[in-house]
Amino acid sequence: MGENVAIVGVGHTKFGVRNDVNMPELAWEAIKQALLDAGLEQKDIEYVVVSNAGGWSSEPLPAVVIAEYSGLAPKGTVRVEAACASGSAAVKLAHDIVASGHVDIAMAVGIEKMNESPTPTVVEFIGRAGNYFWEFHNFGLTFPGYYALYATAYMSKYGATEEDLCKVAVKSHYYGARNPKAQFQKEITVEKCMASRYIAWPLKLFDCSPITDGATAVIVANEKVAKQLTDTPVWIAGIGHATGTSNLSKRTTFTSLEAGTLAAELAYKKAGIDMDDPTKVIDVAEVHDCFTIAEILAYEDLRFAKRGEGVKLVREEQTYIGGKIPVNLSGGLKAKGHPIGATGEGMIAELTNQLKNRVEKDRQAPIKNGYALAHNIGGTGHYAYITILSLSKPRG
Amino acid sequence: MTEISDWRKRIERYRFQGSECVKCGARYYPSRIKCIKCGSEEMRDVELPRRGRVVSYTVIYNPPKKFSKYAPYAVALIELVDGTRVLGQLTDVDFDKIRVGMEVEATFRKLYEYGEDGHIVYGTKFRPVVS
Repeated sequence: MGENVAIVGVGHTKFGVRNDVNMPELAWEAIKQALLDAGLEQKDIEYVVVSNAGGWSSEPLPAVVIAEYSGLAPKGTVRVEAACASGSAAVKLAHDIVASGHVDIAMAVGIEKMNESPTPTVVEFIGRAGNYFWEFHNFGLTFPGYYALYATAYMSKYGATEEDLCKVAVKSHYYGARNPKAQFQKEITVEKCMASRYIAWPLKLFDCSPITDGATAVIVANEKVAKQLTDTPVWIAGIGHATGTSNLSKRTTFTSLEAGTLAAELAYKKAGIDMDDPTKVIDVAEVHDCFTIAEILAYEDLRFAKRGEGVKLVREEQTYIGGKIPVNLSGGLKAKGHPIGATGEGMIAELTNQLKNRVEKDRQAPIKNGYALAHNIGGTGHYAYITILSLSKPRG
Repeated sequence: MTEISDWRKRIERYRFQGSECVKCGARYYPSRIKCIKCGSEEMRDVELPRRGRVVSYTVIYNPPKKFSKYAPYAVALIELVDGTRVLGQLTDVDFDKIRVGMEVEATFRKLYEYGEDGHIVYGTKFRPVVS
């Protein structure tokens, strides 16, 4: 089990097209915020885990470039990859290094500069994020195409419609419009979404998360250090993780992500949360809405709704503030943006701020029980990481 | 870049050949040298049945560069009559008429060509069964 681990500082840059800065400059924006938030200096950080999917941003050793520029060197560092869940994997590793007693304070830094390459190159790279040879290379299946297969299966089985999917995007943009760090800060309508062009039927442009630059940082510490630094540490109450098959054809269902479901069960068990209705204790969640269908699958995989009823939460607007459980009050991947390797720490930074009641008022969830959940998926359910945060100390 | 892997896997594509576990009967496409279900390493080549049904599908409008001249095209997950699930493009089909559960059959087709020499790769696509 190891020691209790708390989040003591977070940083989150403006997401979007960040051609104004290079990779280490962008990372430093987030690192500086996290250090200030924690009241720490670079020399206090004993290990740095950098999450970056890379490929499009030309730096093959991002961890070293960032460590030097930010003054974190000569402390140890590593770069991790779990596709779009790289950030949550980095937080898990930083957590484990502290929980094991190896160091007192560690940092997870997420960074992605997707706009360093032209859009077709980025689309090409993302499309390979499955089983390269048997899906992308032979049959021309793309990343939106993978999720489109889930959308078609879900719509066919449960009667969900393209309008239902668009309602998810409308909510994301509603909250994105209230988040100054979001890539898209403009509300949209169902009609506007429905009128957008098809990318991979039934998914349209407005069903898809954008190409984003961004950096995020999370500093974690053991109980002793956390108590010295802050009166309101946000504890990591449980982390669940699982892996799905590389080939989609090896999967048994296309109306849920098996890895997401399994990771949720593990996380709930570790955090001691009743799996019959987790919405009773979780005040707010960030879920992986790389495509609108993914948010609906997440509701069900996380047991916020029964199988086939995730779409009802959308229709009844139960995931806005005031509903059954507020989800993606940041704007989500869809509107806040999805800088692949920075998304996980971004979710955890957002939820830390939510639990501390310090986000913009019109998108602040009411904090009653002090629990928040980050659901971060890599690829099409290839990697799944679920992190549960709590204002109450896990044990001891 | 992938001419070698295209060549290495040509038989699987040309013959629509997978592998079958001699011990538990599990079938795989692409083939495996060890059964993931029972752990057996006794595998044999098997030609897969050519009929099946669409489990799910999409139509790609925003293709990778290599497939740009073929777009839009439909890609489907197909469950063959023996239960093996495979991925492949649908061909000779009206997009509006594709349905989950639609009966399809395998057909030998050009998958794509690429590179300066127009390197052609053949394999299996699926078309609706005419009843």
